[in-house]
Amino acid sequence: MSLNFLWVNLLAITPQQIVMYVVGAVLIWLAIEKGFEPALLMPMGFGAILVNLPLSGVMNQFSEGVGETHGIIQWLFEVGIEASEAMPILLFIGIGAMIDFGPLLSNPKLFLCGAAAQGGIFLTIMIAAALGFDLKDAASIGIIGAADGPTSILVSQTLGSNYIGAIAVAAYSYMALVPIIQPFAIKLVTTKKDRAMRMPYRAQGVSKRLRIMFPIVVSVIAGLVAPSSVALVGFLMFGNLIRECGVLSSLSQTAQNELANLITLLLGITIAASMKADQFVRWETLMIMGLGLVAFILDSMVGVIFVKILNIFTPKNKINPMVGAAGISAFPMSSRVIEKMGQEADSQNHLLMHAVAANVSGQIASVVAGGVVLQYFANMG
Amino acid sequence: MNFDNMMAALEMMGQGMLGIFVVLGMIALLVCLMQKIDNRKK
Repeated sequence: MSLNFLWVNLLAITPQQIVMYVVGAVLIWLAIEKGFEPALLMPMGFGAILVNLPLSGVMNQFSEGVGETHGIIQWLFEVGIEASEAMPILLFIGIGAMIDFGPLLSNPKLFLCGAAAQGGIFLTIMIAAALGFDLKDAASIGIIGAADGPTSILVSQTLGSNYIGAIAVAAYSYMALVPIIQPFAIKLVTTKKDRAMRMPYRAQGVSKRLRIMFPIVVSVIAGLVAPSSVALVGFLMFGNLIRECGVLSSLSQTAQNELANLITLLLGITIAASMKADQFVRWETLMIMGLGLVAFILDSMVGVIFVKILNIFTPKNKINPMVGAAGISAFPMSSRVIEKMGQEADSQNHLLMHAVAANVSGQIASVVAGGVVLQYFANMG
Repeated sequence: MNFDNMMAALEMMGQGMLGIFVVLGMIALLVCLMQKIDNRKK
């Protein structure tokens, strides 16, 4: 009896697949040992190993004698991401239900911080285009700077980018690294005096009517200016409306917990379908990881510089420049970073609520940014 | 370096940032307006 079947697959492993096993192991290690976005990086790491096993049954395969077999991860990818971007969009319902826009509604000026901090996205798109990436790939890479994993996945998938796996890994990895990246970027453009600047906080009540009207108004305005953003903004705001309407508390809890957890669980392992060795192991992946880091740094710096300029025009109502960096969306890590840095500069300096306001503004601005990028290509025809 | 891509990226940056500021600016103005209406009713 021939025993070839025992090692035929072992001998079929390619060096690129071995690299992917290492990548998978590193992602799992980062998730478990370092606590970096474990809900996403752990499934992605494990999925990266599964899809790169020779003739893996989680991907569609064709073999003589059996014919075509359908793999579960490829099916999840085709149905949940490729066909409709359903997974990242549905995740927005959960995210919207988790966010309290109260601090932002009591200080609407901070909406501008969220808008400004998206500048890093477009600067990175320019750098990626200059480095020779196709415009759609450059746009997909720049969106890593949205600091919003689902938006990155959705935009890169919609634009048909060849690098969706690398983009997803970069987006989630750097989100977890915000506590390291942001202090470095902020210190490049601020002095200790800037960081110590205090901001008074007056807790203003926000009416229930305003809280209910807000998600509707945001969806309509974003939809009218950038129709391509309706899926992103609309589902984010739908989740928030469920939270704020006051009559769907059970659904709100389900969206925040069960729905978000289920989608997150499947999203990580599903994205692994785009991490096959032949698509992932190439120089461009390293460039994308580098550009993702640049996008996060530029976002933070542009946010700070914008607030410094804004302060020139509003000398009586100055904003701590670091709050501008919180406009990058990565919620709530960025707010915590700003609070910590403020207290390092002055132990009595409390910026948390202002940073939270800018941070949730960034959450809206990042999905709008995704929408306007898609709209740009839609307008090109 | 692809000059056409660079110019297109620059155009995207202009349109994108303008779009984001218009959307967020309009939302901020409407929120201020709604707050004023709420305060007047109180």
